[in-house]
Amino acid sequence: MSIGMSVEHIGADIHGDRGGPAQPLLSVRGLVKHFDLKKGFLETLTGGGKVVRAVDGVDFEVLKGETLGVVGESGCGKSTTARLLMHLIDPSAGEIVFDGETVGSAALPLREYRRQVQMVFQDSYSSLNPRLTIQDSIAFGPQVHGVPRREAITRARDLLARVGLEPRRFAERWPHELSGGQRQRVNIARALASEPRLVILDEAVSALDKSVEAQVLNLLMDLKDEFGLTYLFISHDLHVVRYISDRVMVMYLGKVAETGPAEALFDDPLHPYTRALLSSMPSMDPDRRTEEAPLAGDPPNPIDPPPGCRFHTRCPFAEPVCAERVPALEERAGRQAACLIHEADAGHSRNPTAIYAA
Amino acid sequence: MIFYLLRRIVYTVPIMLGVAFFCFLLVHISPGDPLVAILPPDASVELQRQLMTLYGFDRSWPEQFFGWLWRALQGDLGTSIATGRPVADEVFRAVGNTLMLACLATLIGFLLGSLFGFVAGYFSNSWVDRAASALSVLGVSVPHYWLGMVMVIVFSAWLGWLPPTGAGPGGSDQWAWDWAHIQYMVLPAVTMSVIPMGIIARTVRALVADILAQEFVVGLKAKGMTDSGIFLHVVKNAAPTALAVMGLQLGYLLGGSILIETVFSWPGTGFLLNSAIFQRDLPLLQGTILVLAMFFVLLNLLVDTLQTAIDPRIQR
Amino acid sequence: MTTLNAGAAPAPVYERSAGFWSGVLKKLARDPVAIGAAAVLLALVLIALFAPLITPHDPYQTSLLKRLRPIGFENFLLGTDELGRDLLSRLMLGARLSLFMGIVPVLIAFVLGSAIGILAGYAGGLANTLIMRTIDVLYAFPSVLLAIALSGALGAGIGNALLSLTIVFIPPIARVAESVTTQVRGRDFVEAARASGAGAFTIVRVHVLGNVLGPIFVYATSLIAVSMILASGLSFLGLGVRPPEPEWGLMLNTLRTAIYTQPWVAALPGVMIFITSISFNLLSDSLRSAMDVKN
Repeated sequence: MSIGMSVEHIGADIHGDRGGPAQPLLSVRGLVKHFDLKKGFLETLTGGGKVVRAVDGVDFEVLKGETLGVVGESGCGKSTTARLLMHLIDPSAGEIVFDGETVGSAALPLREYRRQVQMVFQDSYSSLNPRLTIQDSIAFGPQVHGVPRREAITRARDLLARVGLEPRRFAERWPHELSGGQRQRVNIARALASEPRLVILDEAVSALDKSVEAQVLNLLMDLKDEFGLTYLFISHDLHVVRYISDRVMVMYLGKVAETGPAEALFDDPLHPYTRALLSSMPSMDPDRRTEEAPLAGDPPNPIDPPPGCRFHTRCPFAEPVCAERVPALEERAGRQAACLIHEADAGHSRNPTAIYAA
Repeated sequence: MIFYLLRRIVYTVPIMLGVAFFCFLLVHISPGDPLVAILPPDASVELQRQLMTLYGFDRSWPEQFFGWLWRALQGDLGTSIATGRPVADEVFRAVGNTLMLACLATLIGFLLGSLFGFVAGYFSNSWVDRAASALSVLGVSVPHYWLGMVMVIVFSAWLGWLPPTGAGPGGSDQWAWDWAHIQYMVLPAVTMSVIPMGIIARTVRALVADILAQEFVVGLKAKGMTDSGIFLHVVKNAAPTALAVMGLQLGYLLGGSILIETVFSWPGTGFLLNSAIFQRDLPLLQGTILVLAMFFVLLNLLVDTLQTAIDPRIQR
Repeated sequence: MTTLNAGAAPAPVYERSAGFWSGVLKKLARDPVAIGAAAVLLALVLIALFAPLITPHDPYQTSLLKRLRPIGFENFLLGTDELGRDLLSRLMLGARLSLFMGIVPVLIAFVLGSAIGILAGYAGGLANTLIMRTIDVLYAFPSVLLAIALSGALGAGIGNALLSLTIVFIPPIARVAESVTTQVRGRDFVEAARASGAGAFTIVRVHVLGNVLGPIFVYATSLIAVSMILASGLSFLGLGVRPPEPEWGLMLNTLRTAIYTQPWVAALPGVMIFITSISFNLLSDSLRSAMDVKN
């Protein structure tokens, strides 16, 4: 059970790179998920029925080796996106391409994709089977993919050590005997057990105490380097996202509002929504304290999203055109924003076409 | 709430259809030809065919089912093979007797069960509680047909206080509300009440203990509310569930009275079922089961409806 | 192994705590009610198993001269029945059929009902609706009525009574199984297992069964008492076991005529049914509270 040996072993599979470093690890195009609303008595009679537009046309890429942070208010579709990426729910439309291959195609069957992409959930207790020991939970994934049980258990114990849990003390324990932080470490080990290339972390540290959260974040960053992982990091906590992400994607009501490198996006947000979101961030630094009004009220109902730009009902810069025209997600200088202010010839009075023209 | 009720009613229709279909199937899962029971062994082929047509056994299943269902909806449940009288007449004569017995038993069970349950819940974890809990375990564990026999042994054979069997003096089947008749009802009703008593006691105990442990009750006490005020409060909160359980128990007793009616020779539906089974009178068996099961389904619907109306927390 | 503990010969000892079921057993072992009920049931099972060896008299030996003798008559410890057979011997041998008829339907219904309920719960959607609405139809009958309707239509006999009782107990068990499975299915560990690429069968086997069988089993044990009373009730009505086989419900029926002459002898078979059903109820209650994590 030499640790050195199994690093190589795990490492070998992870670098099963196909398209080279320049090709995005994950490309998402036009991803849509509409949930049918549970029909009431009247709708059953009239045959009508509404849909919740949880994810409504989302395009983004995750580059090899990066951490893409995804932020947004609750209900903006970030968790639905994660579940769509895992194929835990079927998309209504759209395409997911993993390292050049369409997921579900002959070149990349769903089962193989699910080995290469793993997920860590928010609720550390609910995501561990209470009737399995810690090592059995971790060893389950590899066994599904044909690793013999003895080997899978050995790997599980190695990984426990790697996530900072002494195998001898923890391997044969039950989930309820562990603290929340310890359980989340187990969940991370479980995700790594099938040697994935992409790990989706859906609010993975949100339920933890602040001190534990910091430890787990640092663990995640160490593991990323060690195993050459790519992260999709979903959180509502902007501080955490800023700390861990290379790039950040901001979502609003099932659409992408803005994406860009973390530093640039936090320092100079393009989208008014991003700006509003950031201004709601408490800061220790008096110079950086908020001056702009934070977001008022709740986001509109995703059953009946506003026409045009979805943010116009809460946007301080909204103009009549915003209710008519849907802004496109336009790329400029490595950043993207879906706002008419930044869209050339969109007819918004604050549109400083000159900024980009210069 | 109206929509909830409408939906609940619409949902009940397929269940009733299914129940009807099951009752219809009863005749078809029984081995042998039901006509054999009434035919003389040397009956001519002609007579057999006539009777087949009379009872409709010669047509296809769906035809038979929908024909049967249509007639049943109009109150025609067929003809009893044993007596030659319409099944509906037989069932409706018996159902009144069963209903009377089951209602009285439910009432006794509800009153005593609520009392025991309330006391147990109020003094939860005391010896009173344990005694009441033991009593309710006994209540749900006792084979009630045996309890009926013991009742007869003690109160009729031994003490001679009450008549052992029947529904009236001299085997009369004309019911009257006088002591001569009512005394026949005491033993079967008390025996029958033991089952709902145990279940209602359990339910009420849990409800009362639960309500008393809630923070707002502690708050009421802290604000100096009197014991009788708290008592009223508990009753108000426990009543809807307890009444719902009572309604369902009435339904179970209606369907489950056959054993007790047999022990006491009470001329109800149970007694009718018993004779239907032993004379292999399948139309009578089918009709009785159908009426009782439909009664149970409708009672469930009624209980749900009332509970929704009474309890503001259930606004589905 | 070699690099980590070079020289340290013994394999690492992994700390392990008791699993769920051994914890439940430990709690049960500390519960005097559970031990009492289990002891009574064990005694009954042993009597049933060894009845032919230990009955004091031949349970089938009739005697016209010694009919309906009282308790303690000569060497008939519990008297004789209406055909002069030794009641104690018949009660002992009767434990066989009575326990069998009470337990077996619940066991079969546990297997079939769990399978149906887990299938419906895990499949969800249309399959769930179809299965559960069918189950609802059977559930719409009061259990006594359903048992009597079925065995009344099928006719008397042990096999038909077993079949009827099994059908009676499948719907409630399937409903419980469906509801616990639906709960477990929504938990993240099932999602995580799906995300690992495991198939439905593997997920049910590894992740669902271990979490749902316990609650379903506890519920099923609470039905054994009902089943005992119902099974003996069917025989009491003449729908189950046929004479001359000894079965408590049937014995109660044939002794009914003796309630004026030998009331205490006549009541004895019912006492046996009562004791058995109380024991099952108490054991089931204890099992339920032992499995409740809150305690």
